[in-house]
Amino acid sequence: MLLKNRFKLSLLSAVALGVAGASVSLHAQDETIKVGVLHSLSGTMAISETTLKDTMLMLIDQQNANGGLLGKQLEAVVVDPASDWPLFAEKARELIEQEGVAATFGAWTSVSRKSVLPVFEELNSLLFYPVQYEGEESSRNVFYTGAAPNQQAIPAVDYLSNEIGVERWVLAGTDYVYPRTTNKILEAYLKGNGVASEDIMINYTPFGHADWQSIVSEIKTFGSEGKKTAVVSTVNGDANVPFYKELGNQGVSAEDIPVIAFSVGEEELSGFDTAPLIGHLAAWNYFMSVDAEANDEFVDSWLAYIDDEARVTNDPMEAHYIGFNMWVKAVEKAGTTDPTAVQDAIIGVAVPNLTGGYAAMMPNHHITKPVLIGEIQDDGQFEVVWETPGLVAGDAWSDFLDSSKDLIADWRAPLSCGNYNVSTGLCSGQNL
Amino acid sequence: MLLRPLLIRMALLLLIAGTSYVHADVNTGIDELDPVFAAFVEGKGSARTDALDALAALPRSDTRQLLQGILDGDLMFHKPSETVVWAVKDGREFMMTSLDRSEDLGRDSSRKVKRLKLTNKIRGYLKQLIASLGLYSDNPEERLAAIESLTGDPQSIEQSVLDELLYDETDNKVLVALGQLDTRKKLVSEDPVLRLAAVNALRDDLSSYARAAIVAVAKNDADEDVNAAALAIQLHHEKQVKLFGWLETLFFGLSLGSVLVLAAIGLAISFGVMGVINMAHGELIMLGAYCAWAMQHLMPQSIASALILSIPVAFVFTGIVGIIIERCVIRFLYGRPLETLLATFGISLILQQLVRTFISSQNVPVANPDFMSGVLQVNGVFSLTLNRLYILIFCLLVFLALVLLLKRSRFGLEVRAVSQNRAMARAMGVRSARIDSLTFGLGAGIAGIAGVALSQLTNVGPNLGQAYIVDSFMVVVFGGVGNLWGTLISGMTLGIANKVMEPWAGAILAKILVLVFLIIFIQKRPRGLFPQRGRAVEG
Repeated sequence: MLLKNRFKLSLLSAVALGVAGASVSLHAQDETIKVGVLHSLSGTMAISETTLKDTMLMLIDQQNANGGLLGKQLEAVVVDPASDWPLFAEKARELIEQEGVAATFGAWTSVSRKSVLPVFEELNSLLFYPVQYEGEESSRNVFYTGAAPNQQAIPAVDYLSNEIGVERWVLAGTDYVYPRTTNKILEAYLKGNGVASEDIMINYTPFGHADWQSIVSEIKTFGSEGKKTAVVSTVNGDANVPFYKELGNQGVSAEDIPVIAFSVGEEELSGFDTAPLIGHLAAWNYFMSVDAEANDEFVDSWLAYIDDEARVTNDPMEAHYIGFNMWVKAVEKAGTTDPTAVQDAIIGVAVPNLTGGYAAMMPNHHITKPVLIGEIQDDGQFEVVWETPGLVAGDAWSDFLDSSKDLIADWRAPLSCGNYNVSTGLCSGQNL
Repeated sequence: MLLRPLLIRMALLLLIAGTSYVHADVNTGIDELDPVFAAFVEGKGSARTDALDALAALPRSDTRQLLQGILDGDLMFHKPSETVVWAVKDGREFMMTSLDRSEDLGRDSSRKVKRLKLTNKIRGYLKQLIASLGLYSDNPEERLAAIESLTGDPQSIEQSVLDELLYDETDNKVLVALGQLDTRKKLVSEDPVLRLAAVNALRDDLSSYARAAIVAVAKNDADEDVNAAALAIQLHHEKQVKLFGWLETLFFGLSLGSVLVLAAIGLAISFGVMGVINMAHGELIMLGAYCAWAMQHLMPQSIASALILSIPVAFVFTGIVGIIIERCVIRFLYGRPLETLLATFGISLILQQLVRTFISSQNVPVANPDFMSGVLQVNGVFSLTLNRLYILIFCLLVFLALVLLLKRSRFGLEVRAVSQNRAMARAMGVRSARIDSLTFGLGAGIAGIAGVALSQLTNVGPNLGQAYIVDSFMVVVFGGVGNLWGTLISGMTLGIANKVMEPWAGAILAKILVLVFLIIFIQKRPRGLFPQRGRAVEG
């Protein structure tokens, strides 16, 4: 009995010493800066998010080849939250607490961003969010490199109204916060411009919705009243595939009822027979077809990295490119990866974008972007048919909603507030 | 929009047609084309449509081909030489020929040869121009296309030109189209007699153009008779539209119902015969859909036959998977429904993860064959999408085959015996264990076939099964366990109910309402619509 106990004790202590020794040697190797990649690699959003994971890996590789950051190599930590919104929050916590990442690049749907927001704020870490969204948010810990509604939705509606003469509107979206808020803003904007409420049809479907028969039929009926009709689509994820297929099957061509999408880009169209979609529209701040030297270089290096000529680049990839370069520049400026220092250093940082201009980080944690409207071509690329004459600065709080028209976000001292009410002079906390 | 240029062109073409019956080869090289194309490439807005008009007006025999080449993207812009050329893709390069196809201009990389910029406006304009040029073609189909493109804007053609076309035309289809165009023109003529005739001719035309035109005439027309006739026809149209609206909702409901029936019928068999709650049923559907993908992957050049072949392949494959599941897991858990539920749930997770690991965690593309794309236009307001129609017919065929199998074959007899009174059946010499395996395999095989059908309607990914498992159980519970006809009726009813509610409640609320209705129904009739009867069941 005594022998057995002694044996157990010596075994345990040997193991403990071994682990301690190993962890000491591990820490000695800890010369990397970890960067978190939080994108769905499976589930309904994988169609859109997987390529962003690959983009981040490429950007990190390129930075490492250029000497890393602050003398250390960057290490990517990739997790798969599988289009499961609560899992996003768990994985974010894992990245920050267990892996100790200096910054995270990730999320796509607004519901995933809302899920991880409390985690990033509680643990004071940084999230770079690359996707167009509904606004109504400005967090100290998040940098929004995708478009706010005034950088995508509003100019798109202006284009349809002024250039195409659209008088009847179908606002079709997936049922979650981004389409609901965007449609609220668009409805207020359209009514403010004199559109009658019977000329606006709003419709929501669940994620992954596959039976579009009735909805497309309703759209056709709505659009055959004699006034030019357009569909503004905030449908997200792989529900777009049966949606566009049904449009094609029921013969809704772009010349009759154009569909402008905010969440459909080159990636969603690749591997899809785009013949029935030719002429339908999308509004983004970047297209793969844009003729600019920076874009040519980016596309070439991407195709070489991913070793597949059939792959494409899209707007969220440009947003990660901009966000990553801004983060690198801010870290170099601050001399440290500490989130608080980087938050202060990053405001005002300007890096080149891929359409031949520059993107600057504003005090409200949004950036300046040009707005482009493109038509789908038969090869899944977009042909730019209209663009804003200059850059548009992202507005976190929409001017068209009563609840937010008096709000601004300014994270510089002394305001240091995400939702400051200019008429009452009060800062109402981190988020409304 | 196209009034004046088209009228000018009509006149020009009439002149040419009138003066020379034989199209002499008037291609005088590309000198006259260069400035026109330069204007098209460099111009903006209306300068580009003017350039297209100029191109169409050139007295050449190949103007239609040139316009079609712009539309199809076969004519491209070579940046270094700043000319427009015919370009054929070859790997990462293009092989170029001159505009009049006389000279081979060599090759260049695809970065130097760019597509001509086309917008929706330009595309629409090109289509109109090309169609109108086909008005005097020798080919009746081209003439038909030309007439159809003009039918949307009947004012763009002169009555005299139309009368002459009507007089000379020999082809029946084109005559009908010309008649339609003529009616639309007469609708706004100055003579009330003509207008009355046109209004009456539009009685059976339910297209949106005709309906809107009748409404306009009923409101605004000066002549009393015309007004009254138009009003009567407007009411008739409205009744027809309502009727066909209901038929359309019925069709949508039936097609949704057919999907539900296909998904649920396999479950009805395994649940009904063996009382096994198979939570892996959705994954069996998913495996069937992946069979369709695999067949298309193996035979990429003939998608249609790949799809047809994948039906038996999916049936056999998922049937075998079902038999394996039954033999290895379910056999040991008879009479223990909770354990069976847990075990099959575990199997569903395993199957999902196997697909994610060995194939991909993302969706795989399954193409729709040509015969399944498009619509069957019944009349101006009512059309049936072909893929849904085929799946509806397919579902009924599968159902019929199953009914025949269960009612007319020896195997079916044994299945029914075992499900009604197992002990008695065994006493009669039926090997119930073997029947159990085969029945489960049959249910799984039908699930596989359902997967093939679903692959045509929705995305195929590892999570496909999760979307249909709840619906399948709903249909089976509603219809009555073990009853095929119950499954058919309940599936169709649930589909129709969902589609009837969808227009006013929205997709999400409609689904919720159907579930609430089902819960209330089950309280009243726990056994479903057509419960099984018999002493063994009720005992």
